[in-house]
Amino acid sequence: MERVLFGDNQFFGINHMSEEKALAQAMKFQNIDAIIKVIDAAYDAGIKVFMCTTHERIGEVCDHVRANPARYAELQFYPCMPYAHKYANAVTEKGIMEALKSALPNEGAIMALLGGAVSVARKDIDKLTELLIDAEMKMFHGLKTPVIFLQNVVTDLILGLGMNELFATFARHVEERYQAEPGFITMNTPLLLDALEKVNVDNPIVCSNINKIGFRMCGGIEAYERTMATRRFRPIAMSILASGAIPAEEAIDYVCKQSKIESIVFGASSAENIQRTKHLIDRQTYAPRLS
Amino acid sequence: MIRVALLGIGKMGLSHCAIVNTHPDVNLVAVCDTSDYLLSVFAKYTGINIYRDYRKLLETEALDAVIVATPSRYHAEMVGSALRKGLHVFCEKPFCLDVDEGLELAKLAEERSLVNQVGYHYRFVGAFLELKRLLDARVLGKMHHIRAEAFGPVVLKPKGATWRSKRQEGGGCLYDYASHAIDLVNYLVGRPQSVGGTLLNRLYSGDVEDEVYTNLFYADGLTGQIAANWSDESQRKMSTKVSVWGANGKIISDRQELQIFIRDSSQASKGLNKGWNTRYTTALTQPVWFYLRGEEYSAQIDHFIQSIKSGRAETASSFRSAVDTDLVVSAMVKDAEIKKTNTEPSLPGAAIEPAPSGRWKFRRNGAAQHGPATA
Repeated sequence: MERVLFGDNQFFGINHMSEEKALAQAMKFQNIDAIIKVIDAAYDAGIKVFMCTTHERIGEVCDHVRANPARYAELQFYPCMPYAHKYANAVTEKGIMEALKSALPNEGAIMALLGGAVSVARKDIDKLTELLIDAEMKMFHGLKTPVIFLQNVVTDLILGLGMNELFATFARHVEERYQAEPGFITMNTPLLLDALEKVNVDNPIVCSNINKIGFRMCGGIEAYERTMATRRFRPIAMSILASGAIPAEEAIDYVCKQSKIESIVFGASSAENIQRTKHLIDRQTYAPRLS
Repeated sequence: MIRVALLGIGKMGLSHCAIVNTHPDVNLVAVCDTSDYLLSVFAKYTGINIYRDYRKLLETEALDAVIVATPSRYHAEMVGSALRKGLHVFCEKPFCLDVDEGLELAKLAEERSLVNQVGYHYRFVGAFLELKRLLDARVLGKMHHIRAEAFGPVVLKPKGATWRSKRQEGGGCLYDYASHAIDLVNYLVGRPQSVGGTLLNRLYSGDVEDEVYTNLFYADGLTGQIAANWSDESQRKMSTKVSVWGANGKIISDRQELQIFIRDSSQASKGLNKGWNTRYTTALTQPVWFYLRGEEYSAQIDHFIQSIKSGRAETASSFRSAVDTDLVVSAMVKDAEIKKTNTEPSLPGAAIEPAPSGRWKFRRNGAAQHGPATA
């Protein structure tokens, strides 16, 4: 995996510290050109991976990249599925079964998987999971997607319900159909590693909050540090600034000292911030350690 | 270990299920739902017992507590059955569609010293807890107005297919969205004495309202306003904001951030400077053992479980406080009905003339009305 990944929260009005800032960002990135300009700035700063949700607007970014293959020769996408609010809002409006139906192609054979069966077979649920993954992946056709993630709301819901076999189904389908590595975003890393181990998902890529103040690191910062020291997995750190609660230099210093962390994902809205953050991570990653 | 069963595995039920299932002090033994499809998924992928009939579940399983997350119109019956079996009960909001029924259940739980809680999760949001702490410490001095808003994108087209679009089943923006804002106001400054000028407007829905506005009146002169709209597509998800004005300044809070304006230096000893002060969720939120969608969902379940363990029947979001919220809701419905049958004061052009001060005045047909008292 690349060391530095560019995230997309800033484009969709997601800011974990301020709803006002989130709204201002949503307005700023109303126009797809504004989004592409920032992705260009990240790409030109040497960040070759765009880690993004399967929000419908990412489809427009994909179209743009497909139309300009020379400009983005080295760009990779790490899709994170699904964009959960799309489902959550649909469930509130239509109920769980109808929301599932609306996410899938309207074909007889597929609808039959959801329709009427008093007791559903495990293979049907596997098939359904695969179809949902394929529906989310459609927008990325023809693009490089070497790692595909399960978004944290879904990962953590499955984890909490104890339906761990679904993780294995996800991993298998992503490997077989897309020749990609499966990744899992979570707010509960230690618990998730136990669950993945039970279903033989070996050495998983796990993306979670890792920051100096322990913000949204369930189980506590010590448990995370212990987990990184003792468990076999490939951590990606997100929310390293804890939404701005930690100054950038201090935040990056902490994360880069955790030698197990393979990659760092961050989002920013200006070329200047992107370059600064990338520079700080590179400096801490590659500079010889004196202490 | 506390033995828990969950009734209803819809949207909130699934979320509660995941949270309670990971709680270190809980053994989730059974779930009940009417969807055979979902039940069979549970049967295949978890070791949790499944039931189609909650009565059978209550008869069969040895339990300490139940979580009720069914559509609202079933709450009263299911909560009553569980309480009569001596079980502690966590019930999703809104509590009961009939205020009298809700009050009976609150009394029953209290008589039997059973832990009772309703899922108004904003009472467990770090930022709102801090707001409550500041208001109780009177940092704003005498308060004169509170405004709570809840906006989000639930109903964006005419066709509604679930119980949430049916008035009789507890659907509509008033029960689904506004109740959160009302409960938050009750929590922060107490229950109002009366409501007035209630508007329940339909935008897309046939049977229920999509936006809600009302005024709240308190004995000591405090006034309030509720504004809720579940057809607001500009919001990514439900967004709730509270603003409070007092003699000494103003506080604006959402679930992530508090903005506090203090007029003078009188609150310096409480850590508040003259002018603007901000507090962020990162500093206000207590960690939880398991996170799904927000710490508050885990925190409220943990509060319920810890209350059972410690024998504390009174919770931070009790049946009784939820009945207070239901009372305001029911007063708003009555107020809106009265409005429909009354002649509104009109503003005919001839009746309006510029007042000497430059402000507009108008003649009203009769005295100003106040809505029905909620007490």
